Amino acid sequence: MSDDAVKRRLREFVAQNFYLPDPASFEDGSSFLDRGVIDSTGVLELVSFVEGEYGLSVADEDIVPSNFDSIDALAGFVARKRG
Amino acid sequence: MSSPGGFDLAQLRLGDRASAELDRIGAWLHETVLGTLKRRGVVLGLSGGIDSSVVAALAARALGRERVLGLFMNEGESSDDTARLAHLLADSLGIATVDEDISPILRAAGCYARRDEAIRSVIPRYGDGWKCKIVLPSVLDSDRYRIYSVVVRSPDGVELSARMPPAAYLQVVAATSFKQRTRKMLEYFHADRLVYAVAGTPNRLEYDQGFFVKNGDGAADVKPIAHLYKTQVYELAAALGVPDEIRARPPTTDTYSLPQSQEEFYFSLPYQGMDACLYARDHGVPAAEVAAALQLTVEQVERVWRDIDGKRAAARYLHSAPLTLT
Repeated sequence: MSDDAVKRRLREFVAQNFYLPDPASFEDGSSFLDRGVIDSTGVLELVSFVEGEYGLSVADEDIVPSNFDSIDALAGFVARKRG
Repeated sequence: MSSPGGFDLAQLRLGDRASAELDRIGAWLHETVLGTLKRRGVVLGLSGGIDSSVVAALAARALGRERVLGLFMNEGESSDDTARLAHLLADSLGIATVDEDISPILRAAGCYARRDEAIRSVIPRYGDGWKCKIVLPSVLDSDRYRIYSVVVRSPDGVELSARMPPAAYLQVVAATSFKQRTRKMLEYFHADRLVYAVAGTPNRLEYDQGFFVKNGDGAADVKPIAHLYKTQVYELAAALGVPDEIRARPPTTDTYSLPQSQEEFYFSLPYQGMDACLYARDHGVPAAEVAAALQLTVEQVERVWRDIDGKRAAARYLHSAPLTLT
């Protein structure tokens, strides 16, 4: 799966499970927390999603903003984990 | 402790103003309960903790001890200290009390069974005689998101922990919230039969940061100490003569069957540090000054502030009254 396809799937998951008032203006680099899109329970849902969707094992120390706070960050994390 | 920049933890203290604050709260309680709400007294749950003890003492001082009813609402997982210290407080004030064992209600509602089912979905060995709690990682050690893990201990002392999937985590919290909601239901039973108001006991940290269950301990008619930092609540406790043992007891949640500190469960720091960070966040004190006063790094203070902002955002829903169209 290409990086673009991963980003599309992540965006779809976020849009389906959290409220994006204006999805078009939410960029791949936009911060989930700064924009108020998700809280810590939402982060837990993202962790569960990437584990299930991509067969990854996410360690506790991986659950940091640099891996989980935007679609870009998540896509990068998924790509690194899948090697 | 003060920092070179001038932020001093003493800024949080009432100091000489404690006596005037007692009078101010007392006058407000008297007017609000008897006048505005037209209730004849106050009922509240007594946990043996500092907050409920101070509110009970404030109410007895403002309304007279004969207009205050304290409820003991233990259940099978309450700590032994809870009942003992709650009785100690009630005896010291001379207020009327009622003992309500809430375990049968909780069992009937499925509080324990629903919680345990969710825990077993993560840790299948968890069963009869095991104890549990949920914990957060420290905000001081890394910038990890604060995501709960469940910790369980077997009857022979083996401890296991696991991160919970969202559905299990949400069910554990939802089931456990039966405890706070059951207590509130009983408080309103007694309030209704006596034409009393229900006093809530959150301090400023808890109220601001959403450390309560919506329609559980978050529900009340008056919240007399919701404007006070916990540091200030302790000052009032001393001024009101709350027994030393209650003032010396470390804050606890007393919600899960394993002992659990408030830092494990919710707040980033012990209350003195949380008070300082919350005050600084709201008064424009630079992170470097707070860090110096608390012997933390600037980065750690900024992480605490992010945690404060996140909890404040999540608390908006908790504080929201039912919304209606106009």
